[in-house]
Amino acid sequence: MRTATPWSTVFDMLVDATGETLYMVGVSTLVATVLGIPVGVWLQLTAPGGLKPRPLLHKALGFITDLGRSMPFVVLLIALTALTRLVLGSSIGTSAVIVPLSIGAVPFVGRLVQNILSEVHVAVVEAAVTTGASTLRIVRSVLLRESLPALINAIGVTVIAVLGYSAMAGIIGGGGLGDLAIREGYQRFNDRVLWATVAWLAVVTTVIQFGFTRAARVVDRRRHASV
Amino acid sequence: MITVENLTKSFAGRTGPVVALDGVSLEVQAGTVLGVVGPSGAGKSTLARCVALLERPDSGAIRVDGTDLVSLDGTALRAARRQIGVVPQGDSLLRQRTAAGNVALPLESAGVPGPQRRNRVAELLDLVGLTDKAGSYPDQLSGGQRQRIAVARALAAGPSVLLADEPTSALDPDTTGSVLTVLDRARAELGITVLVVTHDMAVVRRICDDVAVLEDGRVVEHGKVLDLVSDAASRTAASLLPAIDQNPLAESRFDRVADVVLVGFAAVGALLPEVTSRFGVELNLLGGGLTRLAETPVARFRVGLKGERADSALEWISEAGASVQRTLKGPQGVAA
Ligand SMILES: Nc1ncnc2c1ncn2[C@@H]1O[C@H](COP(=O)(O)OP(=O)(O)OP(=O)(O)O)[C@@H](O)[C@H]1O
Ligand SMILES: [Mg+2]
Repeated sequence: MRTATPWSTVFDMLVDATGETLYMVGVSTLVATVLGIPVGVWLQLTAPGGLKPRPLLHKALGFITDLGRSMPFVVLLIALTALTRLVLGSSIGTSAVIVPLSIGAVPFVGRLVQNILSEVHVAVVEAAVTTGASTLRIVRSVLLRESLPALINAIGVTVIAVLGYSAMAGIIGGGGLGDLAIREGYQRFNDRVLWATVAWLAVVTTVIQFGFTRAARVVDRRRHASV
Repeated sequence: MITVENLTKSFAGRTGPVVALDGVSLEVQAGTVLGVVGPSGAGKSTLARCVALLERPDSGAIRVDGTDLVSLDGTALRAARRQIGVVPQGDSLLRQRTAAGNVALPLESAGVPGPQRRNRVAELLDLVGLTDKAGSYPDQLSGGQRQRIAVARALAAGPSVLLADEPTSALDPDTTGSVLTVLDRARAELGITVLVVTHDMAVVRRICDDVAVLEDGRVVEHGKVLDLVSDAASRTAASLLPAIDQNPLAESRFDRVADVVLVGFAAVGALLPEVTSRFGVELNLLGGGLTRLAETPVARFRVGLKGERADSALEWISEAGASVQRTLKGPQGVAA
């Protein structure tokens, strides 16, 4: 047994790892949201009872989405090495994790978004249809706008999920808080680092969760959130 | 003007197709209000949804001001929709938009520029009497206020016809009144043609010129409310006229007993008193009462007559324009 790592070193490790995690998770969530919302919209539009029902297309898209969601992230991480190299020129490092992380989260966001959009009441959507609004306008001004609070919450949920996936980033040298806890804390029996990271992760998660819940409430114009 | 010709529509059900509309033909004259009534499942909403272009009929024609809308698609369909204002069944406002924002939606769809849009929204809020609620969100409005905003929204793009499916269901009588007042005002001030689906006869009583009774996807009765109430056999009469309590004991005192329907100020005010002086009969009101259909007073009374010239008196009443519905005592069918 070696002597415990000094707190100042633990602190530096945490700072570095937090930076890496926020970078990976932030960019990946952003990409996943930008790509996942259209997927969710498309799923909802083509659904039976949607604005442009296309049952077969909907089923196919749904199948691919669910397949993507059920894929273990580790598999994706390794399977997408070639793609990552193509996009970024390298398949290791913190940036390299962003590619599989984003792609892994797209179907997740897609399903979340579809579920949320399907909650918009039919009468509300039909009322917009009868005004002669185009589908694009209905998607923007009705489906997405009416769901904004729920969508913000969903992005919060996605951030936390992506944060969880990012723990495996260490496999391709991505670093981050999860990697710190696993490699430094667990595999090297460094309890101080392990528990400090765990505690810090709890704080980070709580803050993120709180932030998104708060933001969702602020934009919500329904009664419980009279701002 | 709305013309519906031979509309049919069926849905796939578990045990074969469900026929919701079975050859429905209707006409709503420009600037009038038609009430569509009928039992649950009769096809009222399906009819309204077809006219609102939310449901495509299997066959038949829907004409608004002469143009057939059934076959339209794409841009033409969207343009046609602006001719038809719709107040959908149930809560249909955007909950994340203010009342004014909701009213503005059709104007945005139509590409009306900002300043003009704001003026128009202000006009409409004024029409429905909710100017002071412009900045309120739907959750801060009462059910009746929300429904009036929905009417304002339906009117925003300047449609020539307005459809409303159960606009007053789930509202109490007072609030119902405020929504009906707004519909009536839209007709009076904008000359709009209105088709309103309802199960509430108070709606027909208050604002409808015409009524269509739907049953099993067919129109079983269609005409002017004031004409239909005079027809003893009509469902409209049965549901709109004051009820008559049975009172055999009182009736037994008279030579003749009849139900008389009187329409209009003159008839209600003067006809019966005149009978007494003209025929020297004793005339008593045994039941029934007075009601109002839109602006017109309408009465149904059960009258008892005593005296030699009772039959002549009844005949005279019916010739004077009232409808004498039944002679409960004495020779049947004295007057019809
Ligand atoms: N989308 C649908 N799919 C299958 N059947 C339908 C559909 N819409 C209506 N129907 C059927 O068509 C018939 C007429 O329905 P509709 O909703 O028009 O009745 P309604 O007169 O409006 O009744 P209510 O007074 O209860 O609203 C019913 O038998 C109903 O089950
Ligand atoms: Mg209905």
